[in-house]
Amino acid sequence: MKRQSIAEALRDAITEEMERDEKVFCMGEDIGVPGGFGGAFTVTLGLEQKFPDRVLDTPISELGFFGAAVGAAIMGMRPIADVQYSDFLFLAMDQIVNNAAKLRYMSGGTLSVPVVFRAPVGATGRGSQHAQNMERYFIGVPGLRVVAPSNAYDAKGLLKSAVRSDDPVLIFEHKLLYGSKGARAESGAIDGSSDIPDEDYTVPLGKANVLRSGQHVTILAWLLMAHEALNAARALAEQGIEVEVIDVRSLSPIDWTTIAESVSKTGLAVIVEEGPKTGGVGAELSAGLMEHCGESLTAPVVRVASADVPVPFAPVLENAYRPDAARIVQAIRSVVV
Amino acid sequence: MTMKLAESSVAQYPVEFLLNAYERMQLIRQFEERVKLLFLEGAMPGTIHQSQGQEGCAVGVCMALEADDLLTSTHRPHGHALAKGLTPDEMMIELFGKGTGCCKGKGGSMHIGNIDKGMVPAIAIVGGGIPLAAGMALAIKMQKGSQVVACFFGEGATNEGAFHEGVNLASIWSLPVVFVCENNLYGASTSIDKVSKVKRVSDRAAAYSIRGETVDGNDILAVYEATKRAADECRRGEGPVLLELLTYRRTGHSRRDPCHYQPKDEQEYWFSRDPIAMLRGALVDELESELDAIDMRVDRVIESAVETAKLAPEPTIDDLTTDVYASEIAS
Repeated sequence: MKRQSIAEALRDAITEEMERDEKVFCMGEDIGVPGGFGGAFTVTLGLEQKFPDRVLDTPISELGFFGAAVGAAIMGMRPIADVQYSDFLFLAMDQIVNNAAKLRYMSGGTLSVPVVFRAPVGATGRGSQHAQNMERYFIGVPGLRVVAPSNAYDAKGLLKSAVRSDDPVLIFEHKLLYGSKGARAESGAIDGSSDIPDEDYTVPLGKANVLRSGQHVTILAWLLMAHEALNAARALAEQGIEVEVIDVRSLSPIDWTTIAESVSKTGLAVIVEEGPKTGGVGAELSAGLMEHCGESLTAPVVRVASADVPVPFAPVLENAYRPDAARIVQAIRSVVV
Repeated sequence: MTMKLAESSVAQYPVEFLLNAYERMQLIRQFEERVKLLFLEGAMPGTIHQSQGQEGCAVGVCMALEADDLLTSTHRPHGHALAKGLTPDEMMIELFGKGTGCCKGKGGSMHIGNIDKGMVPAIAIVGGGIPLAAGMALAIKMQKGSQVVACFFGEGATNEGAFHEGVNLASIWSLPVVFVCENNLYGASTSIDKVSKVKRVSDRAAAYSIRGETVDGNDILAVYEATKRAADECRRGEGPVLLELLTYRRTGHSRRDPCHYQPKDEQEYWFSRDPIAMLRGALVDELESELDAIDMRVDRVIESAVETAKLAPEPTIDDLTTDVYASEIAS
């Protein structure tokens, strides 16, 4: 057992998978340059020394190398392709949505696309174009699995499951949770570290995780917001309100079994999302709550999300954009009477 | 007046090779003509992008490939598929949207393919197959294989970012890809002259420090030889290569397009250089009865494919939701 940050746990997961299966390889920008960064957030730091032929630095060509990753995957390789900032996924959208996600279906089930895409999200002092939470754009893409770990244990286990999956998997990681060190450290970082077992383990794709049990209200959150939700839950516990915090974790498919079980107990649901409210993941969660456990709800679903604006730069504006524990507490108090 | 291939070049090939080339082109032509008819009759669903006139490109390239080489195609894929060895039956069934087609009716005309025969489902986003082909070739290189990938696209794709990014990747990693640009002069209805100042698509190879070559795409032997050279270079680790095949569509961009944008004199010039007629012209004096026998055989094959396809079962409604995900996580 050892304590690891998300960046360290992901690095170990990639290393172990590359050791286990020689078809696994990494491709991305600045991921394996000796003396470089190890990717934008140090996840692949030093891997090129261990695997000189399997850590490929690419040109700045997100469409090109995401397409190449898909092409390599249909030939039986298991590529892990990452973008430095998830905002760049728009450049690779065609290859992700039209090729990676659809080739199994278009081929009548004869092709597999076992590719992993990694993408860092989150508002972190970089203005509008290195900051978005891109989850919303990918949860409704049939054929694509989407996960978003909030802690190092899940990050390692989900990445391993993703590498071993025969489906394309997109992993969103949060810049403030990595625990990146040195020059790549993030100001305002939140501790996402976990105790990591020494033995091999996986976390299944498609399963939510109950982070904290409570009987009064259910919070659905993921990535950074799972931490804010826990902070809110702790604050409310002092006031006698017991909050159940569910880390949704798998955004496609969504684990309705776990969610409905919780809501049938609490009767109340609050969804917390970093990102504009309109058209967000929260909208899908809200509609799904009605379908899967609407009869259990004793009050309307509440969404806590960002304003419908691009991500701002000024710290005071960015803090107002990003939901926090105080806003979550306020929202919960509005439904728990 | 129809041109014919030079006797001196034809004489260098065995008769069986030439007749095989003729048969494979004729298979595509008759397949496409029959599909067009079925479509206009309303018997066939969807839309179609056909390749009459471009048979020399598909067959010339594929005859230069090995059976285990790979191919990516476009929204105009029927010729590539037949040339790569997909059967008229499995394709016709697919075009009819039947459940036993090569893609179980889930691909259709624009995504036809069969990976067992080396053809990825056709990628109908213009240029979308180019980075994919680079990645397939990357896998071949990493696995130390000897295959090459033939990546078909039209001249219209060369203005896509995907072309630039995919060719550049193949260049920097010296990947075994033959980039095959079928330049039929039009992206849908828009002339290449309107959208590119580069006179020859093959000139663009210089931008990636790779070899480029322009070939008469209606001369199947020239296409075959150029592809053979390019594939050999790729197998030696000297790829990729950009081939530009000059050709012409004898039919509309898609269904019911009367091609009013093609000037009459341009049509006449290209129609006089039909790839099948040019090969037939060079062979007919000596081999007329063999050529006629091929025509009749191909006709029967296509007829039988249509009958088979019409009788093939529809997909069941349950098939709607299968083949989206792998059923289980591999361990």
